[in-house]
Amino acid sequence: MHFEYRVQGGDFVRAGQASSQVKKILKQLNVSPSIIKRVVVALYEGEVNIVAHAFQGKIYVDIDTDKIRVVLDDVGPGIPDIDLAMKPGFSTSSPIVREMGFGAGMGLPNIKQNTDKMKIASVVGVGTRLEFEVNLKEWWR
Amino acid sequence: MRVCPTAALRVSNGKAKLISNRCIDCGECYRVCPTHAITVQQDDFSKIFSYKHCIVLIPSVLLGQFLREISHDEVAKAHITLGFTSIIEVEDSVEYLIGKLNTYVDTAEAKPVISSFCPAIVRLVQVKFPSLVDSIALVRPPLDLTASYIKTNLIHEGVPENEIGIFYITPCAAKIVAVRCPEGEEKSEIDGVINMDFIYNRIFREVKHSLPEEGEQRFVSELSPRSCTWALTNGEASCIDGHCLAIDGVWNVIEFLEKVENDEITDIDYLELRACDESCAGGILAPGNRFLTVELIRKNASSVSMLSIIKTSEKVTRYESAISGRTALTPLQPRSMLKLDEDMAKAMLKMKRVNQLMCFLPGIDCGVCGSPSCLSLAEDVAQGNASVSQCVFLQKIMEQNKPDPEHSFRIMKRIWGENRFRKDCDKPIQNK
Repeated sequence: MHFEYRVQGGDFVRAGQASSQVKKILKQLNVSPSIIKRVVVALYEGEVNIVAHAFQGKIYVDIDTDKIRVVLDDVGPGIPDIDLAMKPGFSTSSPIVREMGFGAGMGLPNIKQNTDKMKIASVVGVGTRLEFEVNLKEWWR
Repeated sequence: MRVCPTAALRVSNGKAKLISNRCIDCGECYRVCPTHAITVQQDDFSKIFSYKHCIVLIPSVLLGQFLREISHDEVAKAHITLGFTSIIEVEDSVEYLIGKLNTYVDTAEAKPVISSFCPAIVRLVQVKFPSLVDSIALVRPPLDLTASYIKTNLIHEGVPENEIGIFYITPCAAKIVAVRCPEGEEKSEIDGVINMDFIYNRIFREVKHSLPEEGEQRFVSELSPRSCTWALTNGEASCIDGHCLAIDGVWNVIEFLEKVENDEITDIDYLELRACDESCAGGILAPGNRFLTVELIRKNASSVSMLSIIKTSEKVTRYESAISGRTALTPLQPRSMLKLDEDMAKAMLKMKRVNQLMCFLPGIDCGVCGSPSCLSLAEDVAQGNASVSQCVFLQKIMEQNKPDPEHSFRIMKRIWGENRFRKDCDKPIQNK
């Protein structure tokens, strides 16, 4: 099943709406609570990243019985050094964003921790594409 | 139908039907039912006479119902006249509980810890927020601790267990269910539950009919100020160390738990969550105005005798020796009702069907179909529990060429009952 959500850069008020929607869908599909939690935490971090750094973005969620695949595509400044961005504690967030309780530099490491597969591609000045997958059948791992 | 926080109500055949595994016993439907068709079952009052030692547990909310013209002493006396042998306050165990809870919160892995006080909230989490079930404090609420304490003491004094009857006067329906089929406990120590509105009438009559007597033993509250206000909003949160939050009203709680579930809220240690507005003072069976009740309880709390404050530490020690080791609840299980099917592949098919139907349904949530919202109807149809023809808008689309009003009437009669089409000047109307 395929779902799409739009995210507006800078709109912290609405950050988290896509995560809440996806959460409800996964509950209806009888996905186990621990997996829902991991997907939602990763997705929320990704959603906030778009809000905090990019101009706008789209989230594509594909669900089948084996896994959940999420793609977060944004139009924005891009990430110059992805390895550095993956380091816990590293953040380029503006002081205003930090004041709002975001931008602790834990976003990407947290996504990695909660997902089974993660890929990030970015072009400076164009945008960033973050992809991650969470397996639904835990006993396979 | 629409006030139900878990969408558990449907209308069919002119009557409200309850999907029981979705119900969390919050009582929101009881508040608004225009015909007062929903009643809260209570135990037969005469049951109290079958015990030699018949103890009544009264919550501070009960004393908050009687405005100043009736004293606590008179309320207590009325209970004795009605047949109880002694009166104990529900919040008797609160000081002991505060110590236990603080240790629990301090050592808990999953934060925020969610209070286990309100049984409707415990069920809400089980049903709607299954991933947060492990965050509920596995500490028995004050009612159960007090009941265990009394029973232990009486048995210790040599009273046979079958002669002890413990009765609780409840301001809400959720507590009744919690006593009948408790979560996290095998069996409740409470032998019977009496509705507060019922006892309120009886007490009022007793008080009005009895002559004031002098020189009788006076009922003195032994509660500390924070025990008195425990059942009110912020009663718990103000006693637990760390970053605590008190939220009342079931919709407010749902809004907040959504955020907790997304991990959006991280630095809170303890959540006091109550289903009713103004917590237990706003319980559906509490007859008084909740705001006046709160004010009265707070007044009572600030005027407690010095004696009770001195006695507090002594009481905690007595509880510790009587019931330590019996304060924990067994782990709770999620009871998720949101899933469309056990099998994920089937659930996905049903979800596709729901999304498809939502393209056609008008999205105005009028409720004429007997489901609380368009989405609920779509889910009911996908589950095979309803028909799309129940929607008046879809009837028009489905019978494109010649809509048949007779057919529409038949469907509406099946949902709302025959009588809805008759003129009725006395029909119950909700005044809001």
